[in-house]
Amino acid sequence: MYQFILDLAPVFFERHSPVLLIIVPLMFAGITTFMPNGRIGWVLTVIASAISLFCALILLAQVNLLGVVSYQLGGWAPPLGIEFRIDSLNVLFLLLVTGIGLLAAIFSLPTVEVEVRAEKRALFYAAHLICLTGLAGVAITGDAFNLFVFLEISSISTYVLVALGGTRDRRAFSAAFNYLIMGTIGATFFVIGVGFLYAATGTLNMVDMAARLAESGGNRTVQAGFAFIVVGLGLKAAVWPLHQWLPNSYAYAPSFVTMFLSATATKVAIYALIRMIFTVFVPDFTFEASHFALIFAPLAMIAMVACSFQAVFQSDVRRMLAYSSVAQVGYMILGVAIGTGAGLSAGLFHLSTHAIMKGALFMAVAGVVLTYKGTRINDFKGLGRAAPLTMTAFAVAGFSLIGMPLTAGFQSKWALLQALLESGWGFGAVVVVLSSILAVVYMGRVLQAVFFEAPANPRKVRREAPLLLLLPLWVLTLLNLYIGIQADWVIDLTNAAAEAALLGGVVS
Amino acid sequence: MLEFILERANYWAIISLMMIGLYITYQSTNLIKKLVGLSVFQTSVFLFYITLGKIAGGSAPILFGEDAQPHGSEAAHGGEGIAGGSEHLAEGGHGVDPVIGLHEVYSNPLPHVLILTAIVVGVGTLAVGLALIVRIREAYGTIESDEMRQMDIAVADAQDADDIVGTVV
Repeated sequence: MYQFILDLAPVFFERHSPVLLIIVPLMFAGITTFMPNGRIGWVLTVIASAISLFCALILLAQVNLLGVVSYQLGGWAPPLGIEFRIDSLNVLFLLLVTGIGLLAAIFSLPTVEVEVRAEKRALFYAAHLICLTGLAGVAITGDAFNLFVFLEISSISTYVLVALGGTRDRRAFSAAFNYLIMGTIGATFFVIGVGFLYAATGTLNMVDMAARLAESGGNRTVQAGFAFIVVGLGLKAAVWPLHQWLPNSYAYAPSFVTMFLSATATKVAIYALIRMIFTVFVPDFTFEASHFALIFAPLAMIAMVACSFQAVFQSDVRRMLAYSSVAQVGYMILGVAIGTGAGLSAGLFHLSTHAIMKGALFMAVAGVVLTYKGTRINDFKGLGRAAPLTMTAFAVAGFSLIGMPLTAGFQSKWALLQALLESGWGFGAVVVVLSSILAVVYMGRVLQAVFFEAPANPRKVRREAPLLLLLPLWVLTLLNLYIGIQADWVIDLTNAAAEAALLGGVVS
Repeated sequence: MLEFILERANYWAIISLMMIGLYITYQSTNLIKKLVGLSVFQTSVFLFYITLGKIAGGSAPILFGEDAQPHGSEAAHGGEGIAGGSEHLAEGGHGVDPVIGLHEVYSNPLPHVLILTAIVVGVGTLAVGLALIVRIREAYGTIESDEMRQMDIAVADAQDADDIVGTVV
């Protein structure tokens, strides 16, 4: 299959796919800015996202057939020049970002036409493409400072996208502003950390940095850098208790933005965290000298319980799902904190499945916003009969979030439980189960309203979401079920990714 | 002790600026002041990077004196102008040994280049932040975060009350 993709690709793409993946959305963003209306912008967005996804597939094939891909920007050799370096770990994230990006782009047309004012639509799509560029850039680059730049490219466009929800609810403005303050503090912390590492090693290339750190061993400068980087990226990844920006941003942003961000933005930040911890700092240093696990495992467990608990008491479905997202970040961080290959692989597996199920959940909610104009649990009453296709997809994704057998969520939680028990973290396993029970409670509230309660306001229109929304929604839903039955191919990907993360610094 | 402090005067300045900036960002309820604090915080990081690039006795990273004369293996670099030449100095790229190839001491220009990028990012963030404040002022009629919070709570309470009425009727 990989060979097939390579055969399909033109030679130019084969040689330059790493940079095309970044440049294409960026250039299209520029063009989209000048488009007279949203529809042309939408077409351009879909084309750009599709090209990016194609590039990611080429890279997947190349990584699997030929090993690590290193692309020198402008022909300047690393470590001096900026290097795009793709191994099994980032290719997973590139696939995730561009794949979700394409589905989100297809689904965006109907929701954007309702939620964004006509003259802003082309600009909206441009901002989204820049956000996509930034997220893919974070995942692809092998240069620590370049990573910061891409992180800020994605973040600044995200603030704008979140604020565009303000026409519907003014709270989007304050949410976006808080996100801006916290996101900038996080990014600046990351830069301080990179500065310390630069002071200690004299290089910015991650592989080079790892080699020099391994030579010199840890000293105070490196430790300070490590602390700043972990806190900074933790803020971006919404690790409890640094998640305060997330619930409001997700609740008041336009539906499309919420869907895209929940499936990609925090995930990419977690990637950066994994990359820094495992590739740049040698795991021994991370786990023995810095007690990463001792700090992050409790935080992850608190997130899983506390935020699931908060989710139970939300009356707004999007806020509820946002809190659940923070809880799910806890699962991923817990997997990472175990520090074994199995744990990391399980964390990455859960990350991928969570992107798929949260994407589907927010898409279904977007459908409700579109047809019914409400996101409170009361608004969901009786929708099961009026919009069976949308709500069935919502239910499947919800079951997946809970971790029911035959869904993707079950597979990834199972992998996480196995990894926890293998390492003797029985307590962690108990917390995972406890948090899943809380998920039953909060998802159950919504599902009960959807399927078993009479509509609160019978006169209001209820109908199925449009086809353009149902199509990507059901792609994600079927993928969800497929992974639930046949998870081996994802596990292969995440195993390879975990291996690449653990060996990344040593094998170059 | 005094010597220890004075030797690192630039670092102390950076740390104080950083803490002042963070404190303003955290403590102020006025959104503009929050952004000012954020800018101070970011600027302290710029200073931090520039401090890193300083080498004792080093001049600005522009070739001068004997280094500026095109000769020997350096001929190619001498003609490349300031930007190209100085980048090569930073890490001694393309086979020129920086220690042997240069006669004068220069500061490391790489952090300056990085900070140029970071300044642009900072300006972008500030611009978006100010634009957001304009919209917040239009939507709320205030830029005090505690007053906004009160108004948000009032709206949320009203919605919850609606919900209860809705279920009863």
